[in-house]
Amino acid sequence: MSSQTTKLKVDPRDGKLAMAHFYVAFIALALGGLMGLLQTLVRSGKFELPWGIDYYQVLTVHGVLMGLVLTTFFIMGFQYAAISRTAGTHSPAARRIGWIGFWVMTIGTIMAATMVLLKEASVLYTFYAPLKAHWIFYLGMTFVVVGSWLDGAAQIMTYARWRKENPGKPSPLLSFMAIINTVMWIVATLGVASTVLFQLLPWSLGLVDTVDVLVSRTLFWYFGHPLVYFWLLPAYMCWYAIIPKIIGGKIFSDSLARLSFILFLLFSIPVGFHHQLTEPGIDPAWKFLQVVLTFMVIIPSLMTAFSLFATFERYGRSKGATGLFGWFKVLPWKDARFTVPFIGMASFIPAGAGGIINASNQMNQVVHNTIWVTGHFHLTAATSVVLTFFGITFWLVPHLTGRKLTKAMNKLAIIQGWVWFIGMAFMSGAMHFQGLLGGPRRSAFSTYGDSAQAAEWIPYQIAQAVGGSILFLGIILMLIIFVNLAFFAPKGEEEFPVGEAENLEEKAPMIFENWKLWLGITALLILFAYTIPFIDIIQNAPPGSPGFKTWGSW
Amino acid sequence: MHMHKFEKIWLIFGIGALVVFLSVVGVSAFYLGNKPPSCLTTIDPKKVDTQAPFDKPGLNKVEGKEWDYELVYVASAFFYNPGEVEVPLGAKVKVIATTKDVVHGFQVAGTNINMMLEPGYVNEIVTTFDKEGEYLVVCNEYCGTGHHLMSSKIKVVK
Repeated sequence: MSSQTTKLKVDPRDGKLAMAHFYVAFIALALGGLMGLLQTLVRSGKFELPWGIDYYQVLTVHGVLMGLVLTTFFIMGFQYAAISRTAGTHSPAARRIGWIGFWVMTIGTIMAATMVLLKEASVLYTFYAPLKAHWIFYLGMTFVVVGSWLDGAAQIMTYARWRKENPGKPSPLLSFMAIINTVMWIVATLGVASTVLFQLLPWSLGLVDTVDVLVSRTLFWYFGHPLVYFWLLPAYMCWYAIIPKIIGGKIFSDSLARLSFILFLLFSIPVGFHHQLTEPGIDPAWKFLQVVLTFMVIIPSLMTAFSLFATFERYGRSKGATGLFGWFKVLPWKDARFTVPFIGMASFIPAGAGGIINASNQMNQVVHNTIWVTGHFHLTAATSVVLTFFGITFWLVPHLTGRKLTKAMNKLAIIQGWVWFIGMAFMSGAMHFQGLLGGPRRSAFSTYGDSAQAAEWIPYQIAQAVGGSILFLGIILMLIIFVNLAFFAPKGEEEFPVGEAENLEEKAPMIFENWKLWLGITALLILFAYTIPFIDIIQNAPPGSPGFKTWGSW
Repeated sequence: MHMHKFEKIWLIFGIGALVVFLSVVGVSAFYLGNKPPSCLTTIDPKKVDTQAPFDKPGLNKVEGKEWDYELVYVASAFFYNPGEVEVPLGAKVKVIATTKDVVHGFQVAGTNINMMLEPGYVNEIVTTFDKEGEYLVVCNEYCGTGHHLMSSKIKVVK
């Protein structure tokens, strides 16, 4: 089986399925990006949407396409390919399940998108009850989640086969990381699946009259925080296990990389209350407990930062760099596969610091639901994660399509990365500042009856439109690169880089592959953090809410 | 599993900082009373207008409590009742609010008054208005087409 595990190329049959995911992901980027541009223009106050299009409809499309479709499709495609590369070609059965998953997700996306376009679901991507969308919207969302489970099942099957064929050996690092993320995703989506299947679908179909709002929100946020780690971990996979190979260095420590991923699995889920800190009906002691659990992810984050910079420094010194920061200069800045994800990595430093502020219990009141939060996740998700995904695209797409990343495209890719950085510095920076003044997120342009306070923050909205326009230019560049790599780049072989650990003799402890143990601890932590407050919420529930449609029809 | 000496130092420092940080947050919340708004009172969202204190929205003087006034708001798409209110400078005020329909986000811009309003629940926060001026109250949770028009005003006067 070693021939399979050391296979350097992803099997074309697996490549086809991964590419199918990427086509959907980049269509979502194109449409979602256009919606983002429109939003920033509307908020500048200088532009109005034509033909009766509603701002919040545009906002719903942007959130659903960027937050749910682009990310889920890209991640599933990437992980499917990474497992095929490192644990061996998927079996026909696994591949079939993967294809079914892909189509179920795609059909679900089309269902949800249709309802949004018909103005039957202007509920944003968080669809908070008692705003009531058309039942087809909720069913479409269910399909996206179920499809992603099937996609995940395909990955787990191939991982399980590798384990069976290699008893007593730690699995390939990239496969292990992908499976951690898939497992976390499955455990997390149980929350959103529960609220949609048991609350929102029956309610939107008229089978029940009312919905318990706080139960629904709690189930949503049980899912909502691990959702952001589901986006982040594939970026970490690239930083830990792929970037070292790209720069010609080594992975600092294979075991510590695995340990940090396990810590992310344990501490990403029992923490949803930190999104509900200012909500009534939840005891502040339980909120604080989940805040403490939230902050535990700082530990693997510190480990990650250490490992990455250790890899960079060691590589630089091996090239003869001297002085405290001499190694920094010798990094391969002319290679887009490194530079673009590096911009993402560097952005994670302020992004992570902002996240600590947001989750800080009472300090959350200063920024909750202000546009600061939007600025925050446009640094984390829309810069750190997305630029890393772009960095992966530069080699993975040509690898799968049998083409080459040309010098011209590499150059364009680096320009794209910097354009993105500049655009985001304007947009996210202005959002952070405006948020501190109290400017709300998710709101169309408003002077609030010529309020002096609103007049103070409107200039920041103009800066956001400038940033949004630059970012849209970045999206156009990225689409040009993607289309080139998928269809037009010269034929050739592009490497799928997989890093090697510095110390090959040191085998990762087998306890890391003990899923009963880690899933057991995950379940215990979730039960510990949620059981009592959840029972409280149900027992002390007020009368349920009927549905409301507070937005206009066509 | 081997861990580099520098990484050990880094993690000990990091985890130490984390413990200090969480202790500060915890002491501030539970000893100094700066807990995030977490009122546990429930209400029938259909009967908000007839129930005290929401039958009398606005600023009401109270006696024998830790605060001097209660400032009562009823939120509904896309209005706050009252739309404007005057508060004496330096008054200690308990802001009490709820919603009659969907979820709203009650925020007084430029202050730390920021709390979610959810149907069936009352939310509240005690605060002192110690700076003169006009404050904008916005809705910071999406509630529908008119979300960005939903606002109110608090004038803090001498």
